[in-house]
Amino acid sequence: MSTVKLTVNGKAVSADVEDRTLLVHLLRDHLNLTGTHIGCDTSQCGACVVHIDGRAVKSCTVLAGQASGSSITTIEGIAKGDELHPMQAAFRDNHGLQCGYCTPGMIMSAIDIVQRHGGQLDEATVRHELEGNICRCTGYHNIVKAVLDAAGRMKVSQAAE
Amino acid sequence: MGVEGIGASVVRKEDKRFITGKGRYVDDIKLPGMTYAHFIRSPHAHAKVKGIDSSAALKMPGVVAVLTGKEIVDDKVGNLICGWAITSKDGTPMKMGAWPAMAPETVRFVGQAVAVVIAESKNLARDAAEAVVVDYEELPAVADVNAAIKAGAPQLHPEAPGNQVYDWVIGDENAVNDAFAKAANVVKMDVTNNRLAPNPMEPRSALADYDTAEEHYTLYTTSQNPHVARLVLSAFYNIAPEHKLRVIAPDVGGGFGSKIYIYPEEMVALWASKKTGRPVKWTGDRTEAFLTDAHGRDHVTHAEMAFDASNKILGFRVKTYANFGAYMSLFSSAVPTYLYATLLSGQYNIPAIHAEVIGVYTNTTPVDAYRGAGRPEASYLIERMMETAARQLKVDPAALRKSNFITQFPHQTPVIMAYDIGDFNASLDAAMKAIDYAGFAARKAQAKAQGKLRGIGVSCYIEACGIAPSKAVGSLGAGVGLWESAEVRVNPVGTIEILTGSHSHGQGHETTFCQLVADRLGVPISQVSIVHGDTDKVQFGMGTYGSRSAAVGLTAILKAMEKMESKAKKIAAHALEASEADIVIENGEFKVTGTDKAIALPMVALAAYTAHNLPDGMEPGLKESAFYDPSNFTFPAGAYICELEVDPGTGKTTFVNFVAADDFGRLINPMIVEGQVHGGLAQGIGQALLEHAVYDANGQPVTASFMDYTMPRADDLPSFKLSHTTTLCPGNPLGIKGCGEAGAIGASAAVINAITDAIGKNNLEMPATPDRVWRTIHAA
Repeated sequence: MSTVKLTVNGKAVSADVEDRTLLVHLLRDHLNLTGTHIGCDTSQCGACVVHIDGRAVKSCTVLAGQASGSSITTIEGIAKGDELHPMQAAFRDNHGLQCGYCTPGMIMSAIDIVQRHGGQLDEATVRHELEGNICRCTGYHNIVKAVLDAAGRMKVSQAAE
Repeated sequence: MGVEGIGASVVRKEDKRFITGKGRYVDDIKLPGMTYAHFIRSPHAHAKVKGIDSSAALKMPGVVAVLTGKEIVDDKVGNLICGWAITSKDGTPMKMGAWPAMAPETVRFVGQAVAVVIAESKNLARDAAEAVVVDYEELPAVADVNAAIKAGAPQLHPEAPGNQVYDWVIGDENAVNDAFAKAANVVKMDVTNNRLAPNPMEPRSALADYDTAEEHYTLYTTSQNPHVARLVLSAFYNIAPEHKLRVIAPDVGGGFGSKIYIYPEEMVALWASKKTGRPVKWTGDRTEAFLTDAHGRDHVTHAEMAFDASNKILGFRVKTYANFGAYMSLFSSAVPTYLYATLLSGQYNIPAIHAEVIGVYTNTTPVDAYRGAGRPEASYLIERMMETAARQLKVDPAALRKSNFITQFPHQTPVIMAYDIGDFNASLDAAMKAIDYAGFAARKAQAKAQGKLRGIGVSCYIEACGIAPSKAVGSLGAGVGLWESAEVRVNPVGTIEILTGSHSHGQGHETTFCQLVADRLGVPISQVSIVHGDTDKVQFGMGTYGSRSAAVGLTAILKAMEKMESKAKKIAAHALEASEADIVIENGEFKVTGTDKAIALPMVALAAYTAHNLPDGMEPGLKESAFYDPSNFTFPAGAYICELEVDPGTGKTTFVNFVAADDFGRLINPMIVEGQVHGGLAQGIGQALLEHAVYDANGQPVTASFMDYTMPRADDLPSFKLSHTTTLCPGNPLGIKGCGEAGAIGASAAVINAITDAIGKNNLEMPATPDRVWRTIHAA
């Protein structure tokens, strides 16, 4: 057992976990942050993507202990109160989700994609960048639309800040 | 239509919880004292279970129990059932082997459970499972139908000699023979429909909780049809009588058919909860999903089509071998028969059809309905046949289709189905216009100049949806009725709850079903809630599959609404001292037509519940229910055209354009309908280019993770161009046909027709991987 101390969605947390505990299990089972999902066990599907120190990471590829000391943001931590993150709003407005299972990972990956590419996103780039996130419902059509839409919204919202 | 009524692309009500991480899926639920199940599964495709030694595991920390197949059989938990009886051509019933929830003696596919460990944590259960020693005696195994039907093949079940479940026929064989005898041309082909793994992104999960005091079970499960699950668990698996069993399907992360069935893991979780006195949760991992979720498709077919001298179809002859895997899953028997062969007329006037379907056991995961279920296999066969025929007859493929389209409705096909309405020319014309079919030759030439092989492929599909008229399916062997139920509750403050037996696992019912209410009453959808997925809340329901929830489920809601409105009008008329016939409902008010007298819905509702001043003899309250049983199937149809390029150096396919023109009848929410089409197209394209559940000759699965089984990714797919042509379905009052499966039914043939057009060779099986395409291009 080890004590893991980290910041999750802006709050300092501490948990005693088995050394083999993955970050995704720490989030879901110990911290009850069940918005981060598990879809594959082989780091293909991306349902478990969170941000570690601002970068999108599949939380099934990281031991909880490795994340000690870092700052984690999950899907539960990106809205400001009732105000949705522009990526969340874009997914809703563009019908970029159906069953909702891949959605948290998609949104967390997509925020990272937009941040890394700035405003320079086109459809081909978005499709290529999403290769680590699998969706079975949408055929990606509306997810791609949502990410491109959000890229514009995030630019505007950053400019406003 | 109003901003939130029928026909409006309303943004989904359910989305807020999903985009903020507040969705509630089964694995998210924790109960006090909960334990975790881990199954011990056979690594062999076929073996005798000689013994199970769990003594070491039982001594490990945190282990609550190790339970085996022998114990579940001894406790008289019933064997899994197949709910649709099929009769062979010789008049005998289908031949089925027994399928216990865990195997006491013989395992017949890799992944079949033989025992389960119950422990205090997931990891402890896994650790202990490693310490359980199972002594297997391996038996010879067989994985594909061609091998399984050969003399001397390993036999799976003593009940099914030759591994044959049934040999079923439909249609008039003599009429077909006559048609071929007078044919000017006959086109023959062999078609394989590749086996697929459904792979909803949420793995299956079950959480069972037995209450010893009440002798009552609660099961949280990933189900498309919780009431069907309760019925089957109660009536056939002896878990508990229905009033002592509550089944809850909360948010469910996709289904595509695979979550219709009641699986061994749910039975074991319930049984183990009683045995251990603790809640038991099982959540599958992705490899378990590949091994145990019912697979789809897997047909091997020989087909022949007869044409007259003017290229009119005279007859169609089909022989299909359907691989059922090791056991007959819940609705498996109906898929290659009544959901497949009854659609073999496609969109065409075919005077004579005869099909023979042979169902075969193999040592593979059981096969059942997967998005489209039989209809994709039929559509793929017909549309590959039409394309092949056009090439052989040297006519334009679109023109050949048009000259054979059914244009008069209703149309009785030779294979049971009576198409009620459609306009097949309209959808094909729309698709041809959208893709500039006329300009294709020039584009092909241009691509050739750049070293690329460009192809175009048409697919005109039809499906039977709105499943299904109960009497009709009963006469064909179904063990259940396929109506739907609804209840409308108007609360005293005027808010409305709609209880439905349909279940949403991505389809957006919480929005579309509210739109009907908004349309009829003129109230905002925020005032309406949809309640579903809980057998304690909703009295009964048949669930969501077969594109039935709008055509059947929403119609049931309409029927209940009409009853509620009728009563509310009487209350309003009484309050306004007007005639009931003069009351109209507008903008949330009951108005006396032609006057300014009105009473708002909340006041009508309050009057119903205070009951101070109701018409004489009227019961208090404002709540009505309805069961709706459709009179016929519905027949969504459409045309898909795919244009693509193949790189002859690599065999890689690149989409240029993909257009879809669908006729779904009335659309409730076009945004959601289009989302359904996008997802279906992705699954159809996935089947055509990427997906294949592969077994080696000994029944070992070689594609049991996302590293080996190619799921479509964003950069495998194009953006789609959708359009709609509309003929309203005459079979239900809303004119709805259903849209959930169309994409998966129609897309595969369009893709393969386009690739084979591009490379100039007709024989190409799915999935058309670059390797396979390259080999086909360069084959002698």
